[in-house]
This record gives sequence, C-alpha cells and structure tokens, in this order.
Amino acid sequence: MDALSVDFSILIPEIVLLTMACVVLFVDLYVPQRNKAMTQGLTLVTLALCALFAAQGIGDTPRISFNGSFISDGLSNLLKTLIFLTAMVVFVYSRRYLADREVLKGEFYLLGLFSLLGMSILVSAYSMVTVYLGLELLSLALYAMVALHRDELAPTEAAMKYFILGALASGMLLYGMSLLYGVTGTLQIDILAQRASTAMEQDALLFLVGVVFLVVGVAFKFGAVPFHMWVPDVYHGAPTAMTLFISTAPKLAAFGMLYRLFAEGLITFHGEWQQYLIILAALSLVVGNVVAIAQRNLKRMFAYSAIAHVGYLFLGIVAGTEAGFASSLFYVIAYVIMGLGGFGMILLLSRKGFEGDRLEDLKGLNDTHPWYALMMLILMASMAGVPPTLGFYAKLAVIQAVVDSGQVWLAVLAVIFSVIGAFYYLRAIWYMYFDEPQVKVGITEAGGVAKALLSANSLLVLMLGIVPGGLLALCFQVIAG
Amino acid sequence: MTFEELVFYFFSAILVFAATMVVFIKKPVHAALYLVLAFFSSAGVWLLLDAEFLAITLVLVYVGAVMVLFLFVVMMLDINLSPLREGFARYLPAGLLIGLVVLAELAYVYTRDYFGPERFPNPGHHPEDYSNTAELGSRLYTEHFLGFELAAVILLVAIIAAIALTLRPKRMSKYVRPEDQVVITRKGRVKLVDPKTDKTEG
Repeated sequence: MDALSVDFSILIPEIVLLTMACVVLFVDLYVPQRNKAMTQGLTLVTLALCALFAAQGIGDTPRISFNGSFISDGLSNLLKTLIFLTAMVVFVYSRRYLADREVLKGEFYLLGLFSLLGMSILVSAYSMVTVYLGLELLSLALYAMVALHRDELAPTEAAMKYFILGALASGMLLYGMSLLYGVTGTLQIDILAQRASTAMEQDALLFLVGVVFLVVGVAFKFGAVPFHMWVPDVYHGAPTAMTLFISTAPKLAAFGMLYRLFAEGLITFHGEWQQYLIILAALSLVVGNVVAIAQRNLKRMFAYSAIAHVGYLFLGIVAGTEAGFASSLFYVIAYVIMGLGGFGMILLLSRKGFEGDRLEDLKGLNDTHPWYALMMLILMASMAGVPPTLGFYAKLAVIQAVVDSGQVWLAVLAVIFSVIGAFYYLRAIWYMYFDEPQVKVGITEAGGVAKALLSANSLLVLMLGIVPGGLLALCFQVIAG
Repeated sequence: MTFEELVFYFFSAILVFAATMVVFIKKPVHAALYLVLAFFSSAGVWLLLDAEFLAITLVLVYVGAVMVLFLFVVMMLDINLSPLREGFARYLPAGLLIGLVVLAELAYVYTRDYFGPERFPNPGHHPEDYSNTAELGSRLYTEHFLGFELAAVILLVAIIAAIALTLRPKRMSKYVRPEDQVVITRKGRVKLVDPKTDKTEG
C-alpha cells in the first residue's frame, strides 16, 4: 500500500453537509423560532449548496482517495445532486403536514440531513467498509425519523418493523462482505474486481455464497420480492412526510450501492448474479403489480407499486451492459420524480385530522380541484407507463436493454405485468374524474410554494416524457464514465 | 493437542453453548447473563489471537457498560412473554424448514476446507515489544480514517435519535427553575397591603 492518500477536495459536499448539519443542530436548539422557519431555511440553503458542489463534479474524471475507500466520479456526483434536490422538495412538501400534526420538530430536518450524508457517502463508497457505514448512517437516521411521531401506534410499529428487518438486512450484507473479504483479502471495490477471477478459480462455492448474501442484503434494502415484506407496512404506517422521504432519495442511494458492488466489483460474475436478479425482478413484477390491485389505501398501493418499479429497475441491471445500467439509472431517476409527485399529492390532500391516503379520498377531485386532478392524472399515467410521459420512456429503456441481452421472456413478462398494473393507476384516475366528491380535501389550505412545486414536479414528468433525450444522454454519459 | 489448542476449544465450547442458551432460554435476564458469558469467552478467543486490545475492550465496554445497562432495562421492563410466543407452533415448521436448508447449504460449503490450516497457516505470535493498541490506533487514524469519522457521525445520529425519541419537553411535575429563582426581587415576592383601619372609631 502506498503512502497515505487523502484528498479532501472530493469530499466537499459531505464536509459542507456535516458542518451545516451541526450548525442546524445548534440553531435549532438555541434560537427561538416560530414553526421552525429558520431550521427549514438553513436546511434548504445547505442542500442547495451541496447540490451545487456536487453538480460541478458531474463531468469530472473519477478520483479515488482515502486509501481507495472513496470515489468521486460522474455517477456519484449526479446521484448526489439528485439526492439533495429530491430532499429539498421533500422538505417543502412535508412542512404543512407535520405542522398540522404538531410533529414539526427540528429533529426531522436534522435526521434528514444526517440520512442524506449517509446516502451521499453510500453513492461514493469505494470500499465495502464505506458502503456499510454509509448504509448504516442512512438507515439509522431513517428509523428514527419514522418513529418521530411517537405517540401514535402505527408509526411506532412501522419504525420497529423497519428497524428489525433493516438490521437483519445489514447483517446479511455484512456477512456477504466478510465472506468476500475472506476469499479475496480485500475490501476495496477495484481490487475486488481484479482478484475476483482468481478467487473464482480457487473457491468458487465460497465466493458465490458471499455474493448470494450480498444480493440478499441489497434486495432487502430495495424491497424486492421476496424481501419486500417491510415495504407496505412501513410505507403505510409511517407518517406520509416520512414515507415521502424514505421512498425517494434512498432509492437513488441504493442504486449507487448496487452499481458499486455488482457493476464495478463483481462484473466478472455477471453470469452468476444475473440469475439471482432475474428471479428477484420477475417476482417483484408479479407480486408488486398484482397485490397493488387489492389495496384501498393509496400509501399501500404506492408501496406495492414501488415494489413493481424495483422489478423494472432490476431489468436493466440484469442486462449487465453499459446500456442496461444507464437505463436502470434513468428508471430510478424517473421513479423518484414520480414518487415525489405521488406522495406529494397525498400530502397536499391531507389536512388537520385527515390523512387523505385512502383511494376514496381521490373521488371527484376533478370537480373540486381540476388542476390538481390533472396533475395526478399525469403522475398516474407516468407510473403506469403511458406515453408521452417519463414513465413510458423509463420502461421502454429497461425493456430495450433486457431484450438486447437476450432475455426476451423477461421483457414479455414485464410488458404483461405493466398492463396488469395499469389497472390500479387507471382506477385512481377513474375515481378522480367519474365519481362524486365525498370528503373535503386539504388542497385549499396548502401553502403556495408546495402547490407550485407539485405542479412543476408533475409537469416535469410530462416534459421529460416528451423530451427524454437530455436526461437519457446524461445517464449514458455518467455510466460510461 | 497443545495447551493453546486446549484453551481454544475450551473457550469455543463455552461460547457456542452460551450463544445457544441466549436464544433458547426463556427468562430474559438469564439470556442477558448468558450473553455476558458469550462475550467473556469470545474475549478469551481473541486473547489467543494476540488481539489484547479488542479482548479488553470487549469486556470493558460490552460486559462492563452495555450489558449492565441492558440488564437494568430488562429488569425494569416487566415483559410479558406469552403474547410473544403466540403463533410459535404455527410458524415453527416453515421457519425450521428454511433454517435447516440454509444450515445444510452453509455446512456443505464450510466443510470443504476453504479456511483450513493449509490455506491459512498459523501466523505465529508477535514479538514481545509489539503493541496491539498502537498498531490498531495507527491503522484507524490513517488507513481507515474515513470510516472512523463516519462511525463517529453514526454515534452522533444515535445520540440525536435517542434524545428526540425519549425527551418529553412538557414536565408533568411542579418544579422551580433555578434561573428564575436567583433573579427574584422584593417586588416579585412581597406585596404591601395597606390595611384599611376604621378611622371613625378612634
């Protein structure tokens, strides 16, 4: 090993984030403020700054430092930028919901910032130790966030389930990592990639056991079937603001983890882990799309829809080509934009003492709020994959990749189940346009900024669907390095 | 069998026994005490590996601090275990089946001598002036510097989360704030009342 290599310049977004998180901690403690306006303002400024720093590095050549445990390349910087921007949107959307329920605490922003630090580390992690620590930092803050609403039963139960199953998943991941370390003698992703073939010759079986545990751990974190049991319960039980947070930004980070471990570390064994991912993807597509039909709760429905989306996302990874990874990256970005809109809409519907998370609450939305019904229509159409929305191009890209890799049956399965899945999205649209209003929704009480942002969010889904070229090209560019 | 091997098997047998008891014993306090025993015996195994610092830390931190706290919590919480055991018989067959399959698979792999002494010979012992602690410290602060800092941030998050989840700002009891008490003036406490005397009576 060469002398100590430390390059703090590649760590700038993380250093800014950590420093500002500590500043926010003290401001929140000692500055008296109404409705945490200052805490939120500082948090948003911090995230904007970090996004700016990260965005500057998108075109950079890869730089590795901290003894090979941290990398700054196009992919990590793109993901970081998107993670920070997503979090800003989340914080704006969730403000009124939390204030209505008297859980607008400074800790929501603080734990959010620390969780974002974990995500940022995770997408840049280049050694298995950093991967694990980033993942733990991200998850621990999320568990606490879900439990913040501690006097209610459902969030506490959700936090408990999330914590126990998350800990189990971390254990699996760690066990897989320790086996890979035992076989190859390294924790670094690049050296692992070099030594993998010799390890395969000597200890094929042991190496594969390690890979299996790694796949299980990653699948747990993504919520792919059959490791999806926690997803509906946590999404449903957690307060909607927290659901919005855990269903968006961490997915981007999880993609980063998946890419580093499998596409960079274990690409030589693509043939091996491809089989496991095919099973996960196929099961996720089937279970996610079919079970979502039976859900009457919007949050639960979106949870199963998230499981199905993970299935599509895995299709691109299954292909294992550069185009495949790029299309998966495109898919995860598309999913996050749609998910922000979907859960944001539930937050907009909610008011004091009313969650707005039942499917029935959408009934007659067109009569009372035609503009937001239109926005929801765009979001639902995009999730179902109707052209010309973002969701259509995302699905098209991953299916294209999987056909190119020769797994035509998997592509056929994906198409069939996306048609089945379209049913429950269309049912929501049906409720909005062809039913009588039953409840008073909280849109009129919502703040102007959140409303404008949600409209922009939905229109972005439509716009990126009409001109997806730029984003798609960016995805290809960062994956190609 | 050398003396060292004898010690290894002694500690390992206790470790396996204690770990099994942690899972299978019914009383939570006893389970916690078996966990203490498991920590002690794994500290013994670490000592055999010349990892004195880790062995001592395990005993000091885990046995001395974590487990004592844990025992306190277990003793204070009056856990009723019967609802936890509901459905045990129902889930047992499926759990047992999956557990046995995984066990059989892992046994199949691990019995194939991947980690045998031919591949990983005994590294021998360090010279007498070797300092385990210094070596660990220099590794942590150089090679694994980033990970070390991250672990520190994780601990900070744990502190914030624990406080956010348990601190109740509204006090239920009546109490006096010391900072209010010391700035008290005569005006705030003493009220001068002019007793109206009946002047007509002289």
